[in-house]
Amino acid sequence: MGHAYTPGLKVTSNYLIKKDRILPLKGEVKVKVGDKVQPDDVVAETHLPGNVVPLNVANILGLPPEDLEMAMTKKEGEAITEGEQIALKTSFIKFFNKACNATIDGTIESISHITGQVLQRGKPNPVQVRAYLSGEVVEVFPGEGVVVACHGAFVQGIFGIGGETYGNLRIAVSDNSAVLTDDLITDDMAGQVIVGGSLVTASALEKAIKVKAKGIVVGGFDDKDLRDFLGYDIGVAITGSEDKGITLVVSEGFGKIDMAGKTFDLLKSHEGQMACINGATQIRAGVIRPEVVIPRAEQGHVEVTGPTEVMGLAIGSPIRVIRHPYFGRLGQVTDLPSPLHTLESESKARVLEVEFEDGTKAIVPRANVEMIED
Amino acid sequence: MAKFDKPEDIKVIVATDCGSTTTKAILIEFTNGEYRLVSRGEAPTTVEAPFEDVTMGVLNAVAELEELTGRKILDENSKFISPANGKTGTDVYISTSSAGGGLQMMVAGVVRSMTAESAERAALGAGAIVMDVIASNDKRLPHQQIERIRHLRPDMILLSGGIDGGTTTHVVELAELIAAADPRPRLGSSYQLPVIYAGNKDAAEAVAEVLKDKVDLKTVDNLRPVLERENLGPAREEIHELFMEHVMAQAPGYKKLMSWTDAPIMPTPGAVGLIIQTIADQYNIEAIGVDIGGATTDVFSVFRPEGGKPVFNRTVSANLGMSYSISNVFAEATVPMVMRWVPFEMDERDLRNRVKNKMVRPTTIPQSLEELIFEQAIAKEALRLAFIQHKSFATTLKGVQQQRTIADAFDQKSSGDSIVNMLSLDMLIGSGGVLSHAPRRQQAAFMMIDAFLPEGITRLAVDSIFMMPQLGVLAEVQPKAATEVFDKDCLIHLGTCICPSGKSKKGGPVMKYSIELPDGTKSGTLNHLEMKKFELGLGDDGLPLKAKAVLEPEKHFDLGAGKGAKVQVELNGGVVGIILDGRGRPFDLSTLAEKERVSYLKEWMKELDIYPGM
Repeated sequence: MGHAYTPGLKVTSNYLIKKDRILPLKGEVKVKVGDKVQPDDVVAETHLPGNVVPLNVANILGLPPEDLEMAMTKKEGEAITEGEQIALKTSFIKFFNKACNATIDGTIESISHITGQVLQRGKPNPVQVRAYLSGEVVEVFPGEGVVVACHGAFVQGIFGIGGETYGNLRIAVSDNSAVLTDDLITDDMAGQVIVGGSLVTASALEKAIKVKAKGIVVGGFDDKDLRDFLGYDIGVAITGSEDKGITLVVSEGFGKIDMAGKTFDLLKSHEGQMACINGATQIRAGVIRPEVVIPRAEQGHVEVTGPTEVMGLAIGSPIRVIRHPYFGRLGQVTDLPSPLHTLESESKARVLEVEFEDGTKAIVPRANVEMIED
Repeated sequence: MAKFDKPEDIKVIVATDCGSTTTKAILIEFTNGEYRLVSRGEAPTTVEAPFEDVTMGVLNAVAELEELTGRKILDENSKFISPANGKTGTDVYISTSSAGGGLQMMVAGVVRSMTAESAERAALGAGAIVMDVIASNDKRLPHQQIERIRHLRPDMILLSGGIDGGTTTHVVELAELIAAADPRPRLGSSYQLPVIYAGNKDAAEAVAEVLKDKVDLKTVDNLRPVLERENLGPAREEIHELFMEHVMAQAPGYKKLMSWTDAPIMPTPGAVGLIIQTIADQYNIEAIGVDIGGATTDVFSVFRPEGGKPVFNRTVSANLGMSYSISNVFAEATVPMVMRWVPFEMDERDLRNRVKNKMVRPTTIPQSLEELIFEQAIAKEALRLAFIQHKSFATTLKGVQQQRTIADAFDQKSSGDSIVNMLSLDMLIGSGGVLSHAPRRQQAAFMMIDAFLPEGITRLAVDSIFMMPQLGVLAEVQPKAATEVFDKDCLIHLGTCICPSGKSKKGGPVMKYSIELPDGTKSGTLNHLEMKKFELGLGDDGLPLKAKAVLEPEKHFDLGAGKGAKVQVELNGGVVGIILDGRGRPFDLSTLAEKERVSYLKEWMKELDIYPGM
């Protein structure tokens, strides 16, 4: 129970960010160690085998499966084009000949004399992996992909939707508690990553898509708006593949919650710079959080050092409460009593004492706080 | 390790369960003529970086056992000392595992509701998570099925189809789909994916031809040799075998762990299923077990349809759980169904946000009473939905022609009926954080009653510290030890719930009762929509006290002996006691008017002493 706290989300102005850029299948790596890359640069490329489309040729021709081989005019491995004849049942009278044509472009994968089925393999689909960050290639896995690294500011969010994108940061609100409403979204935000405060409204999100903004980074978002926006309810937190024309990174949680002052100030200090963002979230073993990366303009040579050590909770640690009744409030740990404490719900749990920013104090279960990490 | 001729010679047992987050170790000793749990230790599981060796977590958990008990179990080279001698060593060491996400399988069969369903039952019974069921008639196009196989990357595939002497082409077609997908295993890319063929024996050769060089094919007896009979044993055994040989062997440190254990390592849910079966056999009862976790809910049942042979079933509701999947429970159950269990108003927008915040921060716990009540309301719905899935899955075989007599003409039974009979159910056992760790035991009882709606006379229990997995694998080695420890240390007997099944007018009488309790006989009438609780605790030996009772249901109500039939019975007590539930069955709280609903809920919560200050 000694570690019954949630490691916090990272918010830091200077961090070494490393990203694996790996192909789903073996392919070709297009860059080498030391190459400088931009987000859109292709770093590796491959071809996924095409879809398989079965065709029961024996049935179509009215042949027993064992006779199929003889009727085939194309053999296993041969290229085919849609509409091209692949099998022919001949008759004494030519008029009664019956042909079977390919239904896709590709190759013949296999011919079965048991089921009479012919598997057609579609043309391979090209798959490209881009750099996502502006930085340097620090490692190459031959045939598989690369690691791209950069120094810069780094903000981890709690939940997001939409995949990787990038754009210049644009602060659209006056402070971290302001709500991002549609009247704050302007046409000149096209291609930019917009920063809001405590909440983004559904109409503001719609307008951001309309003006072709790339993304929104905000403290909170309402679950009801999320459901309306996606058209379905998210059952488990596995996101990133939504194609809604925008990427959303929520830094604090669901509902109207002020963006942590530190996060807001950090983003504000980088206004106008390029931010690479990704909404992909997976809350399972091997957690993935959404993120905002602001690569430093002058990278120089990227020195790859080991990871920094994660410290546990201590008196003085800055924390955020992540459950009712103090949800979203920030403070500092003032005491870490070791005996179990009985909560109002009568559950017994390890607790800590927190002093909030307004000077008030409260007892909170250690499981219900997360550290604000540098 | 020492080998024993007779199980009775085993006196000291160490058992571990390597979960996805925690490895739990228990020590059992034979003292004063009985097997008892001595202590329990736990440590974080170490399958992931930077440790990548499951045995480290095992050694840490066992080291905690050593500290707590003073028994020296490991020698200076971290090897188990065996056999036991005084306060040193252990006679056997056994383990279960669900680390690395458990066993993830795909199954395939020709007809979705027949062979494919039998294959699914075989896989679930072996403790697997069934990722998808491919069937010739599942309405997906072949290329979609192939994409699905390729995308999911299962640990193994169970292919069935056709009764012996039946269709061969459909089965071979399924094999062709698998061959075309050319699936790669999830863990370790250096070996071929194991595929078990348990279909029509006449197609075995052709299937082998299609799949040769592509997968590691094992052929076992058909799991549905004739329409009327399932033969799931050989497929289940092969799944266990391959789980050990391939899947476990790929997980970091498992080869070492396998060399330490005295019995094969079992998938955790498989072991829980085994202990439920053992208990049902031993006491000749019908039982339901449920394990509600953060991501999934497992339901196990043993029923004896029409007094015949016991039938075991297990289902996994993959997206019904209390943290990672809580939002899915909320979405599937819908807001009104969750809120019907809450005796105060909450704003829907706020509720939705709270549920999502729990989903993205799954390790948080309810601090306020309001949050606890709300979380337990969601748990009731998760359990209810998982049980609905279980009932629809635990059926008589589908597709079987039944000979009907004239009497059956009035009783329109079809094949594929659920074998879950709440009136004949003897015991309901709950497990998992929200049940095992509820601040008051009454809350666990109340959650299980509202979710499962037991009928007649049903004993309720919870697993004290979730040691059912270890006891399951122990049942294979020393069944007596498993049941003794299960009874005395694992189970917390909550008591007995008595619920006459039937419907009546609101407020009318449901049942007369007379119960001989230690502090005197309690007699009276239970009215509709009324709940009562009587104290009947545990004896000094930790086992439930008993009380004789005479129960007389009204003419529309049934306690299992028929409508209106009087029952004389011995009731079992527990830490909660005897609960009389006069709400009738079927019971649906949402049919009550809002004001009435809140007032009844508060009344029941007060009578059962569920929450403080109510």
